[in-house]
Amino acid sequence: MAKQLYYEDVEVGIDIPTLVKHPTTQQLVKWAGASGDYYQIHYDKDFAIATGLDGIIVHGRLKIAFLVQMLTDWIGDEGKVKKLACQHRGMDLPAVDMKCKGKVTNKYVKDGEHCVECEIWTENPEGRKTAPGTATLVLPSRGK
Amino acid sequence: MSEASVMTDELRKQIGVAGEPLVVEMEKGMLRKFVDAIGDPNPLWSDEEHAKKTKYGGITFPPGILAAIMMVGNRPPIEIPLPRGLDGGGEWEFFEPIRPGDTLTIECKIGDLVERQISMGKAIFIYHDTVWKNQKGQVVATSRTYGLKY
Repeated sequence: MAKQLYYEDVEVGIDIPTLVKHPTTQQLVKWAGASGDYYQIHYDKDFAIATGLDGIIVHGRLKIAFLVQMLTDWIGDEGKVKKLACQHRGMDLPAVDMKCKGKVTNKYVKDGEHCVECEIWTENPEGRKTAPGTATLVLPSRGK
Repeated sequence: MSEASVMTDELRKQIGVAGEPLVVEMEKGMLRKFVDAIGDPNPLWSDEEHAKKTKYGGITFPPGILAAIMMVGNRPPIEIPLPRGLDGGGEWEFFEPIRPGDTLTIECKIGDLVERQISMGKAIFIYHDTVWKNQKGQVVATSRTYGLKY
């Protein structure tokens, strides 16, 4: 895994390393089974089209799991995701790259915790933010 | 869609209503399937030897598990006379790690119901407030999520 990230390594405005996912229809079926989400719009194309969609779409909650993966990859073993918010603003199709991205918006020490706030989002191949959100992370400090 | 409000007094009474608590055993096999489905190779979730050396002292579930449908708990039934539904998103706060072997009790209530006009017409936003507690009685996480009927 990546080396440990410390509070002092983070500056407001820096980017979180991008995580590129490529959710295939097979992955959506695995997620359906693992998460218990059997809504057919995520694996039955005819059903999806009948509801007015262009085709199968990626589970919004899988996108949240991807964003958590991006965050936990970055913050390392000693970092902690404290808060997470995410809104489903656009649908994503399977079998194309989905970029998970983020940017640091604030950092502060509160109640002894070294906190970092970020904007986070998933991005489709057209560059549109389909699941924007925010996260508050707690990092270890070199000062301790 | 008619101009009449979909929000009735009957619906408003549902605000604050809780579903039956749901008890979920957080099995190791569930963890394995979950991280495999995400495609998340982080050893914190899968490598006991690695995880033992961290502050967690063993493997834990990634916090994203609480966004999975099977972890949302029993939502109180609610009848809204609009045909289509969408998951909106939400916010989560995490307090304690979740370990294989933990038993979580999930309590979900209707936090709010709000009528709004969206591009597709009239919509009711349904907010759910959820609390996850472990077998020690510790609050593991809380959330406010929302979906819409339109």
